[in-house]
Amino acid sequence: MTWIDSWPVYRQLRDSDRFGRGAAAKSRASEDLAPRTKAADKVVKSVCPYCAVGCGQDVYVKDEKVVQIEGDPDSPVSRGRLCPKGSASLQLTTGGAREERVKYRAPFGDQWVDLDLDTAMDMIADRVIAARAAGWQDEVDGTPVRRTLGFASLGGATLDNEENYLIKKLFTALGAVQIENQARI
Amino acid sequence: MAECHPVGFQWVMEAKARGATVIHIDPRFTRTSAVADAHVPLRAGSDIAFLGGLINYVLESGKYFKDYVLAYTNAATIVTEDFADAGDDGLFSGFDPDHRTYDVRAWQYEGTEVQAASGERDELYDDRARMEQVRAAGRGEAHGSGGAHVEPAPSDPTLAHPRCVFQILKRHFARYTPEMVERVCGIPRSDFRGIAEAITANSGRDRTTVFVYSVGWTQHTVGVQYIRTASILQSLLGNIGRPGGGILALRGHASIQGSTDIPTLFDLLPGYIPMPHAHSNENLNAFVAAEGTDKGYWAELRSYLVSLLKSWWGPAATAENDYCFDYLPRLTGSHSTYETVMAQIAGDCRGYFLLGENPAVGSANARLQRRGLASLDWLVVRDFSLIESATFWKDGPEISTGEMRTEDIGTEVFFLPAAAHTEKSGSFTNTQRLLQWHHEAVEPPGDARSELWFTYHLGRRVREKLAGSADDRDRPLHDLTWDYPVSGSHDEPSAEAVLAEINGRDGSGAPVKSYTQLRDDGSTSCGCWIYAGVYADGVNQAARRTPGKEQDWVAPAWGWAWPANRRILYNRASADPSGRPWSSRKAYVWWDASRGGWTGHDIPDFAVDKPPDYVPDDDATGAAALSGTDAFIMQADGKAWLYAPAGLLDGPLPAHYEPQDSPVPNLLHSQQRNPVRQVAPFAHPDNRLQPSAAEPGSEVFGYVATTYRLTEHHTAGGMSRWLPYLAELQPSFFCEISPELAAERGLEHLGWATIATARNVIEARVLVTRRLRPLTVDGKVIHQVGLPYHWGPNGRSTGDAANELAAVSLDPNVHIQEVKAFACDIRPGRRPAGPARLALVRDYQRRAGITERTGMEP
Repeated sequence: MTWIDSWPVYRQLRDSDRFGRGAAAKSRASEDLAPRTKAADKVVKSVCPYCAVGCGQDVYVKDEKVVQIEGDPDSPVSRGRLCPKGSASLQLTTGGAREERVKYRAPFGDQWVDLDLDTAMDMIADRVIAARAAGWQDEVDGTPVRRTLGFASLGGATLDNEENYLIKKLFTALGAVQIENQARI
Repeated sequence: MAECHPVGFQWVMEAKARGATVIHIDPRFTRTSAVADAHVPLRAGSDIAFLGGLINYVLESGKYFKDYVLAYTNAATIVTEDFADAGDDGLFSGFDPDHRTYDVRAWQYEGTEVQAASGERDELYDDRARMEQVRAAGRGEAHGSGGAHVEPAPSDPTLAHPRCVFQILKRHFARYTPEMVERVCGIPRSDFRGIAEAITANSGRDRTTVFVYSVGWTQHTVGVQYIRTASILQSLLGNIGRPGGGILALRGHASIQGSTDIPTLFDLLPGYIPMPHAHSNENLNAFVAAEGTDKGYWAELRSYLVSLLKSWWGPAATAENDYCFDYLPRLTGSHSTYETVMAQIAGDCRGYFLLGENPAVGSANARLQRRGLASLDWLVVRDFSLIESATFWKDGPEISTGEMRTEDIGTEVFFLPAAAHTEKSGSFTNTQRLLQWHHEAVEPPGDARSELWFTYHLGRRVREKLAGSADDRDRPLHDLTWDYPVSGSHDEPSAEAVLAEINGRDGSGAPVKSYTQLRDDGSTSCGCWIYAGVYADGVNQAARRTPGKEQDWVAPAWGWAWPANRRILYNRASADPSGRPWSSRKAYVWWDASRGGWTGHDIPDFAVDKPPDYVPDDDATGAAALSGTDAFIMQADGKAWLYAPAGLLDGPLPAHYEPQDSPVPNLLHSQQRNPVRQVAPFAHPDNRLQPSAAEPGSEVFGYVATTYRLTEHHTAGGMSRWLPYLAELQPSFFCEISPELAAERGLEHLGWATIATARNVIEARVLVTRRLRPLTVDGKVIHQVGLPYHWGPNGRSTGDAANELAAVSLDPNVHIQEVKAFACDIRPGRRPAGPARLALVRDYQRRAGITERTGMEP
């Protein structure tokens, strides 16, 4: 390669890649680059978490970390394509905006404080029991209802079927009726 | 569709490449319009008038698909003499103005009472449950006219009887003329005629037309009737149950279909079984008699429900205790998310779980939502980031206006980080009813956990804490089957074990293959009857991934669609009454006489060995009572309903009513708004309604606002506003307005606008664009203001929430809020901050003469 051949703009003008979007834009450094997908230990089959089209995703994992998410070309739904949101799902799942620790705000408090997960779960269980009792109704106008209006739940449209099933099952057994999700909205 | 479901839209483009005509009907010009054959803007909130106009055209021109209509719809059925159509006054028979309800008995078929396959099925509980008691007591004489509900209603196949559905339809839609469509919707007559001709030319034996919609049709005070209008049109044109036909709902969340099927919804149990309402002396038999049908697959309700109760309460559910039917809590009216907010404000609802939802900006009247959150004892927020619903106590808008002070808010808040879809296994149900399994790739980091983990371990802890209780109310908890295998470092429950429970088991404990195996004697279990078969043969059918290229165009070996892996519902209607395809071009499922069975490209949605000429015995019930041409197998009469004698609260036919807040008078009826819309329960100083049309003060809110999504963001932004890539693509909230509106109100491109309703004022960057066009409505120019609703103050891409402006005014059937059309004002400049913001809202209310009674009348 002569010195001038190493100039992308020269190759762009000389060869067929007039817009510099292919071979003309390559350098030795970019020639040596390999996609993250190549070095992955495994590919896990998944589904895009945004809208309800249900595009197939291939999740690339290396050293127990998700390193790339691509559209699944096998999917008859999406044929390998992802939209801007689906394409950003690596950032959704591994980006810095995700909180990884429990946060707790005491009544009338002015800041978050840390709380360990086990303590939080125990406190939440106590509060469910108390709110359930406070809002309990055996009857309304003489008709049995066997329910509580003491606590409510909103959410499920972004969750798995199995998760919705457990939420409905547990909260119904506790007597809650105000169980809702985005499908109402 | 190209904006909000871009990857799905590739199939529209494939169809277009093969010759399909694509017509886009939307107030705004979008990426869909850019590639459509025609874009027809209409006024937000006027779709019933538009679709009603199409129905009128189809009926007047005789271009309906007569053979299909006669065979598969209720066109010939005779309706009760008590029915009176909504005439000039816009009210159907049976209206009770004091209670703002209809007596739906005034809409029934003649001499019989049919039950709806979906929707409100508790309306005639007392009648129907009483009949069951009468029947059980053997007192046939007490049946009266209602007792004949096992017998079919009379019909007139000539369609000439003045009270047959077809004639009622013709009279009802006669007022929806092209001139009226032009006046109400702002669609010129010539454009309307072009659409009408295109869809009728493209429907019939050889061709089918599909309607695709989203929440632009549902988020109205008359939203269910929007869908009904499309159903009537598509049934008349023969476009249901056939390839390339249908009315396709494009849903907006990965498993919002699944969370409707396995409902985290107050009014349903899994598989669209209604939640029981409170009734005296209610037992399992009375419930099944009242809510089920006598004919079709809903006649098997008892099998579905007993199998569900066996899944939940296992050996504790016995024939002697009605399979624990009384363990189910009872409803008294609506307990929707909006009633829940009012219950929070009233102090009745003290604790709240938010599981991937952000109502502080994502639900209608965001201020009212935050008022609810601030009234709680405790709140659990499970999400990826610190969404507005988690931080309202320190930086919500009410803190800056002075309405709330952090130190006064007693809500205890637990923020628990959630696991991502890559960190858990489970199934999503997509918008085509297709279940697709996603596999765990890595374990969730830190304290992040799945909802499966959270719910299972919360339940385990609550059960342990109450283990010693002898209180009767705790028995459903003690008896609950709650023993899922766990694995991994976090003790993650097995999602596949839950899926197996959802699928159900036969008497031997083996997974059932189909809902037809379910029994009402307690020998089978099934957590969601329509999902029976998803774990057939002990195999996770939702995880099947035979590549699309290795399959035919129906791709039956990718995932699993409910029910029974059928890809098109009611596909018996893709063949003519004799079982032959309507045309070779549209062949899908047909009767193979040589094999004595139904066959085709899809799993037949019909008893596979029931011949087309099958006539049931007079005393047959359930699935056996369906004839060989009863294609609509879930319906009590086996027919597609052009007229809905049951199941709806606001009329057996759609009528155009204006939105709750509208600058336009109702030109079709003197009744301005849906008379039974839900507004009274939401009377609150934060939820003031506006004068409409000719009422004094309506001129203050002279524009029509509509909300929508952008390609680059997702609903209330919890999964998109925090992502740098997406925040860069759409960095802040904006409004879209036409150059004409910009000139009228002195608004500058890239400048600021303040948008106001009786609820709140917000600010937005101004995008002046020809994508929104002024429309001429009844001779008057109407401007629309486009508001993408993704924003809130937190995250990387920020802005005011459009939902600050919306009122809580609901559709009476499904309790969905009207955010797709409401009157507003728009003015140049930023909104005031601090207490002055509230003062501006009060000033708008004063100028419009708004009181607590405004907009509340029936």
